[in-house]
This record gives sequence, structure tokens and C-alpha cells, in this order.
Amino acid sequence: MISDLFSVTVLIGILASGIRLATPYLYAAIGETFSQKSGVLNLGVEGQMLLGAFAAFYVALSTGSLWLGMLTAMIVGALMGLAMAYVTVNLHAQQGISGIGFYLFGLGMSDLLFQKLMGNVETVKGFPKIYIPGLSDIPGIGEIFFSQNILVYGAYLLVPLAWFVLNKTTLGLKIRSVGENPDAADSLGVSVARIRYFTIILGGVLSGIAGASLSIALLNVFQQNMTSGLGFIAVALVYFGGWRPVGVLGGALLFSLINSLQLWIQVLGIPIPSDIAVMMPYVLTILVLVATVSRVRSPSALSKPFEREN
Amino acid sequence: MRSRLNALFDALLPVLATLAALGVGAVMLLILKVNPIEAYAALWDGAFGSSNAFAETLVKATPLLLVALGICISFRGDVINIGGEGQMIIGAILATWVGLTFTGLPGWLVVTISLVAGFLGGAIWGGIPGVLKAYFSVNEILSTVMMNAIAVQLMNFLLRGPMIDPSQAELASKIPQTARLLDAFRLPRLAPTRLHLGALIAVILAIAVYILLWRTTLGYRIRAVGQNPNASRYAGIKVQRYMVLALLLSGAFAGLAGATQVFGVNYRMITDGSSSGFTGSAGFNGIVAALFGQLHPLWSIPASILFGALLVGANKMQRVVQVPSALVIALNGLVVVFVVSSEILRKRRQRRRLADARQEDETPPPTESGESQIKQAETGA
Amino acid sequence: MKKFVLTLVLALALVLSACGAPATEAPVATEAPAEVPAATEAPAATEPPAAPAEPFRVAVVMPSAINDLAFSQSMYDALVRIQEEMGGPEAFEFVYSEGMFVVDDAAAAIRDYATQGYDLVIAHGSQYGSSLQEIAPDFPETSFAWGTTADTFGQPNIFAYEAASQEGGYVNGVLAATLSQSAVIGVVGPIETGDAKLYVDGFGAGVAATNPDVTVNVNYIGSFSDVALASEAATTHISAGADVLTGTAQMVVGAIGKAEENNALWFGTQSNQSSLAPSIVVASQVYHWEVTLREIIALINEGTLGGTSFKANLANGGEVIEFNPDYALSDEAKALAETTIQGIIDGTIKITLP
Repeated sequence: MISDLFSVTVLIGILASGIRLATPYLYAAIGETFSQKSGVLNLGVEGQMLLGAFAAFYVALSTGSLWLGMLTAMIVGALMGLAMAYVTVNLHAQQGISGIGFYLFGLGMSDLLFQKLMGNVETVKGFPKIYIPGLSDIPGIGEIFFSQNILVYGAYLLVPLAWFVLNKTTLGLKIRSVGENPDAADSLGVSVARIRYFTIILGGVLSGIAGASLSIALLNVFQQNMTSGLGFIAVALVYFGGWRPVGVLGGALLFSLINSLQLWIQVLGIPIPSDIAVMMPYVLTILVLVATVSRVRSPSALSKPFEREN
Repeated sequence: MRSRLNALFDALLPVLATLAALGVGAVMLLILKVNPIEAYAALWDGAFGSSNAFAETLVKATPLLLVALGICISFRGDVINIGGEGQMIIGAILATWVGLTFTGLPGWLVVTISLVAGFLGGAIWGGIPGVLKAYFSVNEILSTVMMNAIAVQLMNFLLRGPMIDPSQAELASKIPQTARLLDAFRLPRLAPTRLHLGALIAVILAIAVYILLWRTTLGYRIRAVGQNPNASRYAGIKVQRYMVLALLLSGAFAGLAGATQVFGVNYRMITDGSSSGFTGSAGFNGIVAALFGQLHPLWSIPASILFGALLVGANKMQRVVQVPSALVIALNGLVVVFVVSSEILRKRRQRRRLADARQEDETPPPTESGESQIKQAETGA
Repeated sequence: MKKFVLTLVLALALVLSACGAPATEAPVATEAPAEVPAATEAPAATEPPAAPAEPFRVAVVMPSAINDLAFSQSMYDALVRIQEEMGGPEAFEFVYSEGMFVVDDAAAAIRDYATQGYDLVIAHGSQYGSSLQEIAPDFPETSFAWGTTADTFGQPNIFAYEAASQEGGYVNGVLAATLSQSAVIGVVGPIETGDAKLYVDGFGAGVAATNPDVTVNVNYIGSFSDVALASEAATTHISAGADVLTGTAQMVVGAIGKAEENNALWFGTQSNQSSLAPSIVVASQVYHWEVTLREIIALINEGTLGGTSFKANLANGGEVIEFNPDYALSDEAKALAETTIQGIIDGTIKITLP
């Protein structure tokens, strides 16, 4: 039975579902990378995702336009980010706790709106799979990489884009300097507040898209608490990736691939208790990080409110 | 006098912020066509309306306070422990195992050993992220989030299999729960309500943690490492050791919270497949309670009561005016956001005062227990 | 130091004085009666003051939302049907606490409803049993019902109810084995216990009895809420060759969509899931708790408050296999389903669970 794991079908299956499962993590974790790079820990990702997921689903369902749904999810995410930015930047509130507050708010609010505006679990026709001409016909590879929906492709394109913005642009430099040494950045005329507003709102927008990628692209359904802790994993993956988009990609893929492996282990009837199988991605993520000890320093000003010294 | 008024204002700040959040909640209630006055009357009634209601509030506050005490230690040591959920679960599992195994021993002894086992279980589950952080530079947010999930699956596994109630094991449905503890192993109740000894233990431990943090070298070093690890290293403090210790102790208190839930409230472990089914999210909410209490173990007492009251009262509100439970969760979120945001007022005032005088060290009398303080409060009222 | 104690005391005093409740172990519990009128006032206000007869009042505590298309909804729908039968809210009134996945909060809710004098308090979740065992003896005048289980703890005021979900699972399994062309069937479950386990095991037995060559792959995803993982589990089944899927609990809504996308058939349970994917849902086993509730209510009206355990099954109509009218099931297959149902009802088919 264990040898079944190494058949071509299974390997293709694991890789293809790993790629899909990683999608929401990528959006949310890249967003979180931006805000952490600028020194803001946002634990409210899960709440932003849930509200984004609902907004996208509801608008797509009632207008029939998936893109309008996407846009709404982005706006809702941005508004949640704006509120988080005001609370943490202007009011210097403890970031971790505010994040938990926004998480609870998003968790409750998305469910409340769901009950009041829809009432029943419904389905919507989500973004269709796009078969990249030529490439999608390659056996195996085509199914894994080139037969996904647009939000899956988007998530992977986001990785180099985020890397470029963070490392090769003035904006990226400002973000990093605000996260490393806000006092110095401030004295050089960089507005710490403005940069942090930008990154937190960007994080909100990306979390909104992460939610939308679930509700109108991958699952095409909305249900209360449908993210089920996914947003917290996304935050954890930022640490796994050492605040680098490529590292985040590695973490998201590792976690998702082991998760799909664990699904296959059960499907193939390999006699491991289901709970132990479900545990695997969590255990292995920690173990891999331990094995590859890398001393990546966190942004020095992470989770510290900035106050201008007078 | 002015300083006392200042202090009173600071103390009431979370309460005022909560009221402000409930004000926003009132608008939401109006949109849902619910009379906010009726709703909030129910909330108040559910949290404080009777001796039984207040006891329920305290029962809810007990695990919050215990988790909060751990959070006070870890945050003072500048490590963020969001693994309270998992630590509660592991503590509860270990304590339950003791309670179900040593059935021949006297009650008080088993309860004591069980609570210690809970403390140890939490310490292990908190110590692992501590070691990972100190010696393998694995960030504690990552490891604690992952270890929460691992603990849940471990609980599901044990409660379905090795630890399942023998009477359930025979049924086809196999409810995932352990056998019930012997009656002799229950934490004694403090009143003819569900209020149990765990509440008193938590209050006593709050004082102990206060002493630990501000009256012992250990506490001093944990705080020093938290404030400035580099300076501490130069001062000869083994920074890594205190990092581990901060997370380990933090986990231990959460583990104890899990144990008291089993021995004081549920009398068995039972799982619905998630962590919050057992913990009631106390592992998360305890973080909030600690921050409401300004990361001070003694302030965490009223803060936990306030947050516990909110949780208990909100459930009552849901029942009486039949609003969706989702509103209650959203409202809790608003309260948290408002309370942390209100901190700025306190900080500003503090800074103004600091300009006048150096900050004085605050000491409560170690002889006075929390209980007698409550008594004083009664006579004062 | 003094300042600290003073402020702490003041803060506590404010809280305590306002509520006027005796603290922790204070022996003076004179205010206790105050709780009863305060608690009953609010719900009473919503009824007409001079109703001709007292309505039958039911309170129910449920783990998930009333619209979960699964376990909690099955109970909510049943209560709505009973209310219609009995002639509306004047005759039958019910309140509910949904989303009570925290066992301890559920216990508080159950106790509170009992205090308010509801005729029947339903604890709709097997995880609530332990709390009920504590609470019921304190309210000998109130009737409680606990599902899903067969255990009344030998107490005179607890009814127990459960669904023989293996029966519907078996029927679904028989049909699934008949309809599967690839001879692979996938099952998505939450955690391996309770109602879910009964259904999944019954389903497996049905498949095995019909065609032992069909493989049933079972996947428990370890959560009742992880829609994404449930969906990916369904995809995994399909990649492993499954062309018929089933699953239980509220997170399977994610799996149904994947079945539809890949043209695999779906069998539902707990509530009727046809609306989610009309083209591929073949049938759902639906719980009709009203059958059980009717009996419980009748007993209560006669003065019996508990002690009996009920089983909703195919025979008593507590479980119904509801076919999806939009799915063109062949007459042959439908006839097979009917024979199977009949066989289970008259006992010629015995379901053996592992």
C-alpha cells in the first residue's frame, strides 16, 4: 500500500492539490510579509479572509460577476486593513491583541452577514480552470501547473512581484527601513505612518483576495468560519519564510504538499490513524524549520509601535 | 487625591472602552431590529444579575486568569505565546490521565497530583516552542500555532482510542470522551453554584506570579531579557535559558487552566474535534484578558472577570433576544479592539505624570489574598 | 502600594455593588430569588399576554448554525415542521442557541433554559451529555432530551434520541455501488466518531454487500469546519479514481462542489443537500427528528418527563431517503433502493458494522 504512494497518478495528484491548497496561504502570507516587513504584526488575517470570502461570494452570487466579487473582497479587505492601521499606527495599540480583536470581528461579522443576507449555504460558479495552451497538454506537468484557475496563477505570480517590490524598488526600501529602524527612516523624511498604512492596507487587500480565492475560485461556496484557522497558518508561514516571498512560497508549498500527501495516505488506506495523519503537516513544518536552522532576523521594529521622539 | 483619581480612571479605562464598544454594538442590534436596552439588560443579567450568574462569570474567568498569568510572564519576557489552546489541552490530558489512573488514592492527593500534572503538561507544550526558539531560532508564533493544531489532533486521537470512556467504546457511536472522574476527585465548590476551588487557586497564583516577577531574581531576569536581551547578555544572564523559561512557565499556567476545567467544571475530557470546544478559546481570550490587565498579574484578576462577564453575558443575551451567536463574536472583537485602543489614553496620562515624578514601584501586600480584597470591596460598597 | 490596592478595591467594588450579588463564598445569599423573575421576563414579553392556552415551550442548544445544511439544520427544520403541525407559535414556541460548540457554554445555556421553565430542553449534540447528567437532577420538573445517543443515564427526566444513520448510509452505499462505474467510491468525514462514523460504516457495509469488488476510500479530515480541506479530500478521491462520493457533517459543502466539477455523483446525509448541486446529488438521507419529537411531546403531555430512548430510523420515518428530483435515477436503481429500504425496515437486511 505504501508503494502505491509512489505511483505517477498519486504524485501528480499530490502536486496538483498542493499547488491549489497553497493558494490562499500565499496571498495572505505575502500580504502579512509586507506588513511585518514594515514592523506591523497582523494576527487578524483570518478575520480579513473570512470577510473577503463572504463579500466576494455574496456579490458574485447576487450580481453574477466574479470580478465584481473580487473587487468587493479587495475593498472589504482594505477597509479592515485601514481600521487595523488606524488602531495600530495612530493609537499605538498592541498589535497582536488588536489583530485578535479584528479576527473575532471578522469571524462574527462574516457569519452574521451570511445569515442575514443569504440564510442558506449556496453555491456559485467560480473562476473556471484556465488551460494554458500547449503547456497544459504536457503529461503530468500540464495538470499540475497549467490547469488551474486564474487566482491560483495569480498567487504564484505574486511571489516574484512581491520580491521585486520589496527588494528592488524605493518603496521596498522604505518599507524595510521603516521595519528595521523607524527612527532613522523618519529622520530621513520617510513617513513611518504612511508606509505602515500602505502595507497594512495592502495586507488587508491580499487577505481579502485570499478569502475570495476560497469562496469564488477553489471552493465556490461560503460557510461560517470556512477558513478554519487558515489565516493563522498563513501568519506562521511568514516566519517560516523568514520574511522573504520565496521563503513564504517554500513554506506554503511544504505545508500544502504534506497536507495533500496526508489526504492520499488516508485514501490509499495506509493504516495510520486519521488524526495522526492530519497532524503531519504541522509537525513536519516545525521539523523542517528545525533541520534547516537559518538565523534570519526578524524586522527589528516588528510589533513595536512607532512614536516620534520629541 | 489627584493621583488616586488618575489611578481610578486608568483602572476603569477598559470598562469605559467596553461600554464604548457596546455602544457601537447597539447600532448593530438596532439594524437587526433588536432593542439594545433589552439586549444589554440581558447581558448584564447574565453576567451579574444573580449570585448564580456572577458565579458563572467567575467560572468563565478562572481559565482566562490562569492563561493570562502565563501571558504576563511570557510577554514580560518578550516572547509571544499564542499556544495557550494547545497547552490547555495537553495539561488537561495529563491531569485527566492521572485522575483516571490512580483511582485508589485519596481524593485530595489525586487532585493535587493531577493539577501538578496539568501544570507540567502545559510546561512541556510551552517548553518545546521555548527550546525551539532559543536554540533553533524557530519563531514562537509559528511553533505555537502549529502546536495548537497538533494538540487538537492528539486529543482527538487519545479520546477516540486509548483514553476513550470504556462504556462508549462498546457503543457503535463512540462519543470521543474519557470516563468520568470519581466524585471524590472533583475540585470542591465554593458556593452552591458551579464556582470551584480553581478560582481561588487562580487568584492565589496571581499573587504568586506578581511576587515571582517583581520580587525574585528569576522574575527580574525574565523581565530583563524581555526588555533588553543584549544588555542582559552582557550582564551575564543566560538569555536563552530565560526565554525557554518564560514560554515554559507561560505554558504551565495554561496547562493548569486546562486541568482545572476538567476537575472543576466538566469532570471528564470531551472533544468536538476542535480546540475551542474544550477550551472555550480561553487560550486566546486569556491573552486579551492579560492585556486588559496591562500585563500585570493582579490587574489581570479584574480584567479576567470583566472579559468573563462579557462572554457569559453575551451568551445570555443571545438566548434572551435570540440574536445570532455570530453577533456576539463580532461584538467581542469590537470590545477587544476598543480596549487595546484605549490604552493610548492611559499611556499619555502616564507620560505626563512621569514628567513629574519617577515611576514608583507598586507593591501589593503579600499577606492579603484576593478573596479578602473582594470582601473589602463588598464592605466598601 | 496603597494606591494600587485602593484602585483595585474600587474597581471591584464598582462591579460588585452594581450587581448586588453576594461574592464567591459569602454566606448571605438572600438576593437569590431575584434571578427568577428577571430571567423569565424577557422572553415572556414577546408573547401575547392572554393566550388561550399555555404554548408548549421548547429550547434547543445546537453546536453549529441552524443553516449548516447538516446536523443542526436537521433539528431546526424539524422544530419548524412541528410548529406548523401544532398550529403556530401560539401552541408551540421554541427558542434556540446555535453555534454552541463550546461545551461549557452549552452547559450554561441548558441550565439557563431549564431555570426559565421550558417544558423541554434539547441538548442536540453528543458532547453535551456529560453536562446534562449534571444539570437534569437539579430540575426534576423539566424534561430534557439528549441526542445523539441511546443513554438516558437512568434519569427520569432525560430522553435520549439518536439516528440509525448506518441505515441510510447502507441504502446510499447500495445505490453508490450500483452507480459507480470505476468501482472506486470516496468518503469525506470529519472525525472518526459518533454520527459520522455510524454513517460511514453503514455506507461501507452497503457497498460491500452490493459489490465486494468496489473499493471504498475513506478520508477523515480531522475537522468539522475546514471546508478547504474537505474539498481537497474530494479532489483526492476523484484523482484516485472515484466517480461516486459521499460525506458527512457541515464542512462537506466544499466537497460537493468538487464532485459537481468532476461529474462525480454525490450522496448526502443529515439534511437534503440536493440544492447545492442539483445535477449530481442522487439522494440524501434526511433526519426527520419531528417523528421523535412528536413522541417526546406526547409523553411529556401525559406527565412522563424522560427515561425513554428513541431511535430515528427508516422504519419509523425518522430517517427518510430523499431522492433528488433533478437527478434522473434509473427506475431499476430506484427500485433497488426501495427494496433495500424495505429490507432494512422488515429486518431481512442486517447491517453489520465493523
